[in-house]
Amino acid sequence: MMRESRLNGFFFLLGSLAAWELAAQAGWLNPLIVPPASKILNSFSSLVWSGQIPLQILASLERAAVGYALAAVVFIPLGILMGLYDAFHRGLEVIVEMLRPIPPPVVIPVAMLVFGLEDEMKIFVIFFSCAWPILLNTVDGVRNIDRVLLQTAKTFGLSQQKIMWQVIVPACSPQIMTGLRVSLPITLILVVISEMVGSTDGIGYFVLDSQRRFKVAQMYAGMLALAILGYALNQLFNLLCRIFLPWHVGMNKRME
Amino acid sequence: MSNSKNFNWSGWLAFTLLLFLWEYGSRLSPKLQLYIPPISQIFIALGGLVFSGQLAVQLWITLVRFVEGYLLAAAIAVTLGVILGYLRFVHSFLEMLIEFLRPMPSVAIIPVAVLLLGIGDSMIVAVTVYASIWPVLVNTIDGVRHIERTLVDTGRTFGLSRREILWQVILPAASPYIVTGLRVSLSIALILVTTAEMIAGSKGLGFFILDEERSLHSSNMYAGIIVVAGLGYTLNRFFLTLESRAMKWRHGMSAREAA
Amino acid sequence: MALGNITCQVEPREFVSFVGPSGCGKTTLLMSIAGLIAPSAGKIIVKGREVSGPPGNLVLVFQEFNKSLFAWRSVLGNVRFGIDARGNRSRETEFKARSLIELVGLKGFENHYPWELSGGMQQRVAIARALAYEPEVLLMDEPFGSLDALTRLELEDTLLRLWGELGTTILFITHDIEEAIYLSDRVWVLSRRPSQIIEELRIDFPRPRSQVATRAEGRFMEIRNKIYRRISDEGAG
Repeated sequence: MMRESRLNGFFFLLGSLAAWELAAQAGWLNPLIVPPASKILNSFSSLVWSGQIPLQILASLERAAVGYALAAVVFIPLGILMGLYDAFHRGLEVIVEMLRPIPPPVVIPVAMLVFGLEDEMKIFVIFFSCAWPILLNTVDGVRNIDRVLLQTAKTFGLSQQKIMWQVIVPACSPQIMTGLRVSLPITLILVVISEMVGSTDGIGYFVLDSQRRFKVAQMYAGMLALAILGYALNQLFNLLCRIFLPWHVGMNKRME
Repeated sequence: MSNSKNFNWSGWLAFTLLLFLWEYGSRLSPKLQLYIPPISQIFIALGGLVFSGQLAVQLWITLVRFVEGYLLAAAIAVTLGVILGYLRFVHSFLEMLIEFLRPMPSVAIIPVAVLLLGIGDSMIVAVTVYASIWPVLVNTIDGVRHIERTLVDTGRTFGLSRREILWQVILPAASPYIVTGLRVSLSIALILVTTAEMIAGSKGLGFFILDEERSLHSSNMYAGIIVVAGLGYTLNRFFLTLESRAMKWRHGMSAREAA
Repeated sequence: MALGNITCQVEPREFVSFVGPSGCGKTTLLMSIAGLIAPSAGKIIVKGREVSGPPGNLVLVFQEFNKSLFAWRSVLGNVRFGIDARGNRSRETEFKARSLIELVGLKGFENHYPWELSGGMQQRVAIARALAYEPEVLLMDEPFGSLDALTRLELEDTLLRLWGELGTTILFITHDIEEAIYLSDRVWVLSRRPSQIIEELRIDFPRPRSQVATRAEGRFMEIRNKIYRRISDEGAG
């Protein structure tokens, strides 16, 4: 049954593309706004082969990766501390709650003031945007660790440090992964926004620039590249999850 | 905040300390003052903007766009989601398309929208609608699909027609999922409105903040950010209140399941 | 194929039970009678009329009550569900619903939500809901199967009391042989797949039945052993 539905979807997609192509050729669609699908695919492949799109993607990915990694390195340990020590959590709580409601894109002008249009600006924006999902999920993960688990570790006479690394970190890692997973699309979105608002390269800038120059097919090609990038990052993440947390993936599969 | 009963002394203390650090730290160098003006200056600017009515105007513009985009997206997404969740056959056709469109960051649609609709209210609302549909759609489909067969059978054994089952069983049963989607799209809608205003707008809070940055009026910029944050917070609180009233049958259940 | 040719005659106001080895299709039987499953071959005939879809004078009470109660409706809201569906809202129906709630022993819980009740209480709500609909026939699919032993005994008596007062015909499925004997006027034993009726027993212990007295009767164990042997032969064969 599953395969049948995949086929349905596949044919629908194919059918829509064909219909699009026909409509464009027949002159029903305004070529300045919606060029034929073939033109877009053409543009896409030439941009890929010429290295233009990969270059832009690389530029975007660099910033994204640094911002993402920085956020993980700072906020996961912070989250663990906040989850374990209630006093620490209460101390930082007000500050976190004050900063949380700020929609991430709105931070871009601030970053632009301080960092100009350089990479650091985008890195900072991504760092800020990923902070809350990563932090809050980590805190949640630590807090939701079953008491019984910790008590079991204690009866076996484990030292505090051993408990931290052998019980606490593995136990909250699924939830940490959730935070990291949620931050992935956020990272992508913000790299695109920050490039659209203030940049001279990157895939986000590429799409906007193409639109401004009325190179419409290119613009769509850029969007296609973004969709593929988003999909690829997702798959990569799932793969990493399966490598690092095979036990959890198996457990979830069972529950389904 | 965690306990409304216990006032979080340490939290507020830390926060106040941070504010003090900001106030005096920023006065250390004139260059710093430009990028990160002292808190007092920001509040003075905020006051000025509020009194001149300037902020109110921009806030209203942004709010109207937000509400329009959010509600329109919700209506479309819930309707579509119920249809797709219920009619598996139809869903099988669209599933792949949805899978392909989802990973694309919705902000990438802004240039297309500018092409189609120029740089006005309709562009901004359109972009907001596009982005806000996804969480609600996906969650609604999920919710309708996960409805226990037994519930629908119960409706049937009582002789309910298909339409009655839709309204009296399926929608209420899927509502927790739908509400989750609506909550996520709340933040997304606000993000998209402010982003669209920044990238291709001429009015609204997003534009205002960027504009003030460009003219190096940093205090005004921060004041604008505070207002946007306040807007986001208020919208969230409002939503949570509505949610807890409508979903009180659910809240207890989740608490019990967690216990 | 789950069911073979099953023909049986149920008198109005009778309480009958089906027992049989696991997987013999008891649930399929009930769901078919209720019109929730269409037979892959053959017909279901109820009161001389063929069944295709819920006939409107039968209600099925499910085993997984927690999945069949509407979490967003209060106890009263759930009990009224069938009545509301008919469009009969009136002061009379409200009163009827409330008196049923009292009859199942849940007076005072009208405004509670299902999650606030214990398993036994939830099943009582499901039963009250079914009875509020005033069906001619009540179908019950192992309704007490997920409950603990003591609650089960309690609900058996509650059910008998309700049946006594309302006179609905009841078709009951259970894997608990003694429960079947305790509750019913007649018990049918089903074979393995494809199920057929391999034994029919008339139970004529006096009513009202008592958990102590009725079960203590010598013949109770006789009947029970007879059925048990029939079923284990089926299961083993």
